[in-house]
Amino acid sequence: MPSLKDLRNRISSVQATRKITKAMQMVAAAKLRRAQEAAEAARPYAERMEAVLANLSAGMTGQDEAPKLMVGTGKDDVHLLVVATADRGLCGAFNTAIVKLAREHARRLTGEGKTVKILCVGKKGADQLKRLFPQSMVGTIDMSGTKKIGFNNANEIAERVLEMFDAGEFDVATLFYSEFGSVISQVPTAQQLIPAHVPEAGEAEEVDAGAGAYEYEPEESEILATLLPRNISVQIFKGLLENAASEQGARMTAMDNATRNAGDMIDKLTLQYNRSRQAQITKELIEIISGAEAL
Amino acid sequence: MAEKLKFDLVSPERLLMTAEVDQVTVPGAEGVFGVGPGHVPVMSTLRPGVLDVVENGTEKRFFVRGGFAEVNADGLTILAEQALDLGAVDAADLDQEIKNAEEDAADAKTDAAREEAAERLAKLKEVRAAV
Repeated sequence: MPSLKDLRNRISSVQATRKITKAMQMVAAAKLRRAQEAAEAARPYAERMEAVLANLSAGMTGQDEAPKLMVGTGKDDVHLLVVATADRGLCGAFNTAIVKLAREHARRLTGEGKTVKILCVGKKGADQLKRLFPQSMVGTIDMSGTKKIGFNNANEIAERVLEMFDAGEFDVATLFYSEFGSVISQVPTAQQLIPAHVPEAGEAEEVDAGAGAYEYEPEESEILATLLPRNISVQIFKGLLENAASEQGARMTAMDNATRNAGDMIDKLTLQYNRSRQAQITKELIEIISGAEAL
Repeated sequence: MAEKLKFDLVSPERLLMTAEVDQVTVPGAEGVFGVGPGHVPVMSTLRPGVLDVVENGTEKRFFVRGGFAEVNADGLTILAEQALDLGAVDAADLDQEIKNAEEDAADAKTDAAREEAAERLAKLKEVRAAV
């Protein structure tokens, strides 16, 4: 049975924790709104980009000189997993969910006898994956210094990926991030970056529309050569923004739960505190009365 | 002109404009070209310059840097790496910013900071030339 003083200490400690989680929830809510706006604002660009790419590739398929970024290296041996997570914890299962998806993916690939390389964006995922696949890690990109994700950040990551691709270090690249559904639903997603993922259904439609008859300025291959790397930057940018929104959403939910749990705990502890206080008073009274009776 | 051209201007950060317009002048990498309704499908890269949009007789100007223009049967889509509404900036502000950037470049202590300031200055001057 804890003493009254112990109980008082625990109550005040839980109260302090509740204040912190409540504050974190508020901060996450404010940041979420901004992150969500940014993610939604970036969607049209990524969508248009995909449409343009689908149009272009429709005219290019079947040609020999189609760039490697689009059709791949023809092999499927070395896979690069770009795993984007948060730099900070205390956001529920957000980081774990992304890492879990990447882990399953990596296990499956190694099971098939393929080589897996992992490039981490964000500290939390790197910490977990380093333990699981120490020999597969090829690098970590730390984003903790960036307050607001700009297109430049995505560009840097894309450049690094492209450098590795040009050096022939991998055949297929996949990006792992969490798609923002709502505050309570963040879906870990795997998206293939290289070779470029082209929506099949869209492709068929565009061909019907007679999109093959483009005039190109400059040459078609030159445009593709600039468009494809750009597309990778855009996809990464979109992934990072979705991730940022998801992170804040997950943190908000996690902190909301924590605040509620702390409240429940305070209620329970207060009840226990009052009970033992009353028990002690009763005990003292009994002692005084029986002492007086004994005289 | 009864027919309209569907026009979208998007940058990675946001959608700047989407409207039915009369005509758009695009700074293509191999020369400026105008796009009206029913233009032949064209795909072009952009060079830094001014995008002129004519909508119901009024003209809107945007500064764009890098990116692509795509014209197809549905309309014109500009995917700009950077886009700036020139209606929202004025020359005096820009001059002030250029002065600041010049000072930054002069004050820069490290090479990296100097390069960054120089880059910013070059970009600002491009915009200034366009206004």
